[in-house]
Amino acid sequence: VARPAKVAIAGTGAANLASVRALCLRAGTEGFVTEDPGALLRADFAVLPGVGSFGAAMARLAARGLDAALHERFALGRPTMGICLGMQMMCLSSEESPGAEGIGIVEARIGRFAPGQVLPQLGWNRVFPALATADDGGKAAVSRSRDEGHPPFVKAGWAYFANSYRLSSAPAGFSASMSDYGETFVASLEFYSDPEDRVPSLLACQFHPELSGPWGLDLFARWVSAPRKGVAG
Amino acid sequence: MGIGAEEGGGGMSGTALRIVPCLDIKGGRVVKGKRFIGLVDSGDPATLARRYEAEGADEIALLDISATLEERRTALDSLRAVRGALSIPVSMGGGVRTVADAERLLEAGADRVALNSAAVRDPGLITELAGRFGVQCVVLAIDARASPRSGAYEVVIEAGTGPTGLDAVEWARRGVECGAGEILLTSIDRDGTGSGYDAALIAAVASAVAVPVVASGGATSLAHFLEGARAGAKALLAAGVFHRGELSIGELKRFLAENGMEVRI
Repeated sequence: VARPAKVAIAGTGAANLASVRALCLRAGTEGFVTEDPGALLRADFAVLPGVGSFGAAMARLAARGLDAALHERFALGRPTMGICLGMQMMCLSSEESPGAEGIGIVEARIGRFAPGQVLPQLGWNRVFPALATADDGGKAAVSRSRDEGHPPFVKAGWAYFANSYRLSSAPAGFSASMSDYGETFVASLEFYSDPEDRVPSLLACQFHPELSGPWGLDLFARWVSAPRKGVAG
Repeated sequence: MGIGAEEGGGGMSGTALRIVPCLDIKGGRVVKGKRFIGLVDSGDPATLARRYEAEGADEIALLDISATLEERRTALDSLRAVRGALSIPVSMGGGVRTVADAERLLEAGADRVALNSAAVRDPGLITELAGRFGVQCVVLAIDARASPRSGAYEVVIEAGTGPTGLDAVEWARRGVECGAGEILLTSIDRDGTGSGYDAALIAAVASAVAVPVVASGGATSLAHFLEGARAGAKALLAAGVFHRGELSIGELKRFLAENGMEVRI
């Protein structure tokens, strides 16, 4: 009998992690909060939640060396998830905190929703799986050849969002699910380090799977059921 | 505000109208007041919250109405139990005086914290919390009472007992400037009366701020909820009507959908 998968939750001392821990428990995994970059790197799965502003949260990550650990996980193809601000921090920068550098796993910049919307976006919105990986904003549902073997991991459904900033289109190499809030924006990004994998090594969600009811639990449970790769050292 | 974009609240590009059952908790139990007095026991918070999630609630609001320190500690246990039982958002308010109070609630599992009286006394508390946890974490709860002569609404604090002289619309605007990411707007006149939301109050505040407004106080019929949405509320909060089993959330959502509102079904 396999031991329960361990899910390291990157702790930065300022996030509400009770919901993420509850999600881990429901999915039959063992979630633990850590501020240790080594533990974050070695864990079967890692989750980067996020709360507060982009710049302040990045500063807290960097002070603990957690940004480098996450970058290395990505390079090694170890399963890593970003949630809300955690997804945004995986990008290069955000309009929310000019001058602050993100982790840079995703070569894209976060901007604010266009004016005219009630902000923050706070509530449930529809998520549409899109197959496009090109820089067309995911609008053309055309899959590239490398994605032929990848049915979208994030399925259609209602997801819970709480954000004022968003990624407007997916960079090349990532497949995206999209949502609409006065404009089309990226609900989630999937990246497969190994084209043979069925489960994305990077799953970056603008929504909160931990607050998205049975749909969110199903997504998380499928993600943590991925075969685990050993890591050297 | 978007030009015409929010008309009727039924746009198909955006978030769904939220239905939010509110659990007033005291001593580990759910209670429901009528005009904030005359409490009636309605059951175990986690059991009730889980039932509402299964019926289709979009989030759960907890209001801690503890009168003693002992009860306040019990309220944290209730929050932990509710969090553990749910996979939808939980907000909590009541008795939040300091940043440390808010942090305790977030650590115990609240996704959002509502400030009321303490924010009136020190609006800087809103700013400080928004800076630490983000605006989406900070709800400004406003209890408003209609002034019989002027037709304006006055903010009242301390569970409806403390007049402030503040205009509710002005205070909402100010609160959002300070960093509130949502306004939880309760009509003290309507709360517990079953006479419906105060649509004029909702419309006045919703048109003055660009953050979501949650309507609260007085809804007991399908039509009341629809009125609240049409007045501009992004979320509709109610307690007694759900606790007493007069309306099911599923039935309410079907009715709202039939009337052109986007709901998560």
